[in-house]
Amino acid sequence: MTETLRRIAIDPLSRVEGHGKVTLLLDDAGHVHEARLHIVEFRGFEAFIVGRPYWEVPVVVQRLCGICPVSHNLCAAKALDAVVGAVPPPSAVKLRRLMHAGQLLQSHALHFFHLASPDLLFGFDSDVSKRNLIGLVEKHPELAKKGVLLRKFGQQVLEAVYGKRIHGTGAIPGGVNRHLAIDARDAFLKQLPDIKAWSLDAVALARELTLKNVERHKGFGTVPSALLSLVAADGSLDLYDGGLRAKDADGRVLFDGLDASSYRHLIKEEVRPWSYMKFPYLAAMGPESGWYKVGPLARLQVCDRLSTPLAEAARRDFLASTTGINHAPLAFHWARMVELLHCAEDIEHLLHDEALVMGELVSTGERQREGVGIIEAPRGTLIHHYEVGEDDLITRCNLIVSTTNNNQAMNEAIRSVARQYIEGHRITEGLLNHVEVAVRAFDPCLSCATHAMGKMPLEVSLVDARGEVVSSLRRGDA
Amino acid sequence: MTRPTFTLDGVAISFDEGQTIIEAARKAGVFIPFLCAHPEFPAHGSCRVCTVLVNGRAMASCTTKAADGQVVESNTAALTRDRQALVQMLFVEGNHFCPGCEKSGACTLQSLGKDLAVTSAGFAHESPTRPVDASHPDILLDFNRCILCELCVRASSDVDKKDVFALSGRGLDKHLIVNAESGRLADTGMATTDKAMSVCPVGVILWKRRGFADPIGKRPHDVESPRQRVEGKGKTS
Ligand code: SF4
Repeated sequence: MTETLRRIAIDPLSRVEGHGKVTLLLDDAGHVHEARLHIVEFRGFEAFIVGRPYWEVPVVVQRLCGICPVSHNLCAAKALDAVVGAVPPPSAVKLRRLMHAGQLLQSHALHFFHLASPDLLFGFDSDVSKRNLIGLVEKHPELAKKGVLLRKFGQQVLEAVYGKRIHGTGAIPGGVNRHLAIDARDAFLKQLPDIKAWSLDAVALARELTLKNVERHKGFGTVPSALLSLVAADGSLDLYDGGLRAKDADGRVLFDGLDASSYRHLIKEEVRPWSYMKFPYLAAMGPESGWYKVGPLARLQVCDRLSTPLAEAARRDFLASTTGINHAPLAFHWARMVELLHCAEDIEHLLHDEALVMGELVSTGERQREGVGIIEAPRGTLIHHYEVGEDDLITRCNLIVSTTNNNQAMNEAIRSVARQYIEGHRITEGLLNHVEVAVRAFDPCLSCATHAMGKMPLEVSLVDARGEVVSSLRRGDA
Repeated sequence: MTRPTFTLDGVAISFDEGQTIIEAARKAGVFIPFLCAHPEFPAHGSCRVCTVLVNGRAMASCTTKAADGQVVESNTAALTRDRQALVQMLFVEGNHFCPGCEKSGACTLQSLGKDLAVTSAGFAHESPTRPVDASHPDILLDFNRCILCELCVRASSDVDKKDVFALSGRGLDKHLIVNAESGRLADTGMATTDKAMSVCPVGVILWKRRGFADPIGKRPHDVESPRQRVEGKGKTS
């Protein structure tokens, strides 16, 4: 007997940057058979960059993404530090850290206030036309204003060290290309009391919204998995540098303190015919169970502590809200705001350092054939790996972007949510939106992860339990 | 004795005998858009961007001598449209990805595009396949950005006496080549001290391993664009 399956597509995910497509495969009874987050754009960057000179890469690669170009700029520069054999001087490292904190702060503020908080404040089943930033401004003007100003502060920090809010130049192989101007530093220091106060408010709000719905959130798309992050040698979270640490779903350390170049032994990438985005997994655990989560939720639970006092107190409070490892996607929002606070404190700490306004900016060393850079981007661990020929041209490039690291975790969360809310229910906009909410919690940058360099046609097929295609649909031919 | 004069968009410009229209205008602080003209080389008239109307006739201002009583028009809507189209054609004929180009902010083509408010490609991109030549230890050749101005050809032959570069092919097939049996720059006598190293108005002939050390906002044309240089209105002036 051939099972007939009904296809429900949610397209596009209205507030995820980029374009995603979710397909739910249902059987006659409306039971979810499978859920897939399709990535329909072709990622062309790795091929495109081969044959180009290495010093262009930190500037070109950031075009992958309009949301976190700075993370790509920094990550590529870190990989190329290794290629030029340089240990960047202290001023350069601190300026890069400042850029990175500014980027995380503005990205986290954007995600929470502009994209996620309408869902959390108004509820997932509420009127879609109100569940957006405009609705937020109407209902909670003070909150919306704080969100806008926090983001603006992060952008101003970026402008000061990176030339522009997006797509500037800052990090170069071996260092950075400018100091922070003294007047800019002084202006930032003046704003910091407000920035920290608003960040504390953001943490309080995310906490309140999470705890208010704790029972609902706990089960929502929750799928246990391993967690991955960079951690400093002293065990504190290091968003810019550090060693790779992974924990299993119960919080046991799987590996720790491993340097960037070991990623290729630790992480393998699986290709699946229905997605242009790869599925990474921890090699030691295999493709079935080795998938993992990255990003704020993972980071706060992988590290031993945060280096700044207010954020560390907020992290402990966050950890105390659950027993054991918290795997609920909706806990990402609270974790994200704890990180926002950490970045605000970290910016203050950095701004008091004279090395930002004086000192060597670039160093050089003995040329190497390859380099790996890893950074904790707003959405999670980001890996850049380049091989460079003797003629200085790139011969191989491998990128694992944060959203790719979360690929399987997102699919699992969608499947869980779909099973929980859609089976046996009438399909409503509110129900469908639960799936979107689960995806959005991961803050995926889909255009970033796939880089739309010529959209390729995609065939969507429906497969029954025996693996037979019962229906298919082509798109993207036009 | 009064010097001879012509009018440029209604303004009287005096000149010395033998000066071209663009030279006389530049001396007088009036900017006529240009691309391939270089003060150290005789005018070549290849890009046609500096075309003006001389007594109603379209002429390249870099090769046309100024004459007493000439009526010259430069800043007209029709000429601006033609210049925009020329610049657009140069962009689509090559592969110009300015954000990743070290010459960005110091590039005559890019500055001209900005000056003429060229905001779209205007024509279909030809997206030619032009591999870079990275064979030389210190110099990178990125043919993707060549606008066939021939400045490097002339600098290498007239000043460096090396003939490292040449143009080959005709019409649409015309392209810059390296004069070596292998076709590779490493097999020529090109050195970083050559004049040819410093004349490229775009990002074809570049120092290796130098990229983005000058921040945005501090690049040569950020400080002073070609127009500002002529008009004496640069940030440094
Ligand atoms: S040569 Fe000039 S126009 Fe071409 S890519 Fe470089 S900066 Fe842009």
